[in-house]
Amino acid sequence: MFDFGIITSWIHEFLTSYLPLGLATFLECVLVGVCIILLYVVIAVIMIYMERKVCAAFQCRLGPNRVGPWGTIQLICDMIKMLTKEIISVRKSDKFLYNLAPFIVILASVMAFSCLPFGRGMSVLDFNVGVFFLMASSSIGVVGILLAGWGSNNKYSLIGAMRSGAQMISYELSASLSLLTIIVLTDTMQFSEIVMRQQDGWFIFKGHIPAVIAFVVYLIAGNAEVNRGPFDLPEAESELTAGYHTEYSGMHFGLFYVAEFVNLFIIAGVATTIFLGGWMPLHVSGLDGFNHIMDLIPGFIWFFGKAFFVVWLLMWMKWTFPRLRIDQILTLEWRYLIPISLVNLLVMVIVVVFKLHF
Amino acid sequence: MTIQTIIFIILAAVICVCSVLAIFTRRILRSATYLLFVLFATAGIYFLLNYSFLGAVQLLIYAGGITILYVFSILLTSSEGDKAEPLKSGKMIAGLVTTLVGTGLCVFVILKHKFSTAVFESGELDIQTIGNALMGTGKYQYILPFEVISVLLLACIVGGIMIARKR
Repeated sequence: MFDFGIITSWIHEFLTSYLPLGLATFLECVLVGVCIILLYVVIAVIMIYMERKVCAAFQCRLGPNRVGPWGTIQLICDMIKMLTKEIISVRKSDKFLYNLAPFIVILASVMAFSCLPFGRGMSVLDFNVGVFFLMASSSIGVVGILLAGWGSNNKYSLIGAMRSGAQMISYELSASLSLLTIIVLTDTMQFSEIVMRQQDGWFIFKGHIPAVIAFVVYLIAGNAEVNRGPFDLPEAESELTAGYHTEYSGMHFGLFYVAEFVNLFIIAGVATTIFLGGWMPLHVSGLDGFNHIMDLIPGFIWFFGKAFFVVWLLMWMKWTFPRLRIDQILTLEWRYLIPISLVNLLVMVIVVVFKLHF
Repeated sequence: MTIQTIIFIILAAVICVCSVLAIFTRRILRSATYLLFVLFATAGIYFLLNYSFLGAVQLLIYAGGITILYVFSILLTSSEGDKAEPLKSGKMIAGLVTTLVGTGLCVFVILKHKFSTAVFESGELDIQTIGNALMGTGKYQYILPFEVISVLLLACIVGGIMIARKR
């Protein structure tokens, strides 16, 4: 596999040969920041286009097809429209919190996004507590949503924010528990190390039954955590107009919208990394010829291919099931998913202790 | 001046300014938001010290957990447009005196204390070391406090149910 770390270390050496170390590090930070934000925007655009096309396919429509080939330029037009719209300020709202909220949401999203390993050596944040850091940074988004609901001075927004808070805090538990199940199997929390351990088989195959259960629980909980799918109560348009972002317009709304889609991609990317091997190609131990052919495909193509497959699964879920009521959502989490994932964690511990995994 | 010093100064400034703002603002939710910034910057200092585990814990427990709890309880209990009333002068003087005494005490302790010399370790602390220290029974290992805290949390949960479900 091609190691992207060669390019980054080459850039580092190039910069340090001309500049002092501190300045070079600072420049690299700026460079990485710009790259990650560009990638963020590109992925957001791709995700929105995909959402519209997949939604259309599930509803037997065509989706956007007028502007550009297959409607691909439609998204650029929408983006320009969003950027030029007026940002309306609401009277008697808490201006500071109202304007701050979208940025907290986007900050949490970018922080979680930069944890993802896109390829070998192609990750920004690679702490040895990577999974833990990712859970921590994605939990901050709730604060932004609660502040948005409060700052807008609107009953619909407040109800949406309260629902969202209750839902996201609850579903974080089972999402973390199912990630923990795999960490028991790997005994590491570093993303690059987790991917390397899947060299001779992805964890969903290695951990067999408990890993598959954890994968399904993670997909359900992940979908609920980003307020989508059958769990999109916080912005249930038929009852709450638009939930917590009712009063937002222009790019402030755009930030919520973009963050929602990239959060969906992050959920898919984490599921890919933890369960489906990240950028690691499909390896079958024993078939060396097959493994060599699979190695020819670059790592980031594997990563994005798998991630978009998981995204597609989540969209399938969204456009198939009707929306749940709030008590049904909380019952599903507290009565079913948490007990299931706790028992599943125990099963995984037994599997690891008695070495029943592959 | 190294890049670490500059980042430390920025983080320290954020902590100081936001702490002061959290006290002086009249609206309680803004106060909680400034507290969130203080906690962020504290996590930043832990990351600067290369202790990413503590930084992540700070983000998860304080910024992601406790602040959300505060915001939630504020949303449930207070109504919009609530502002704290201006303080009476007697209370103001008492607060000022307490603050000054507290600051003096802290500064005295910090200046008097002999800190052990800083040993900068490159790289990160191994997660297995932290896990063993948390769950071990030997010397400098913390299984007892860990379990006592879990009993405390259990008591809190039972108490919460008792209060909420009184019929």
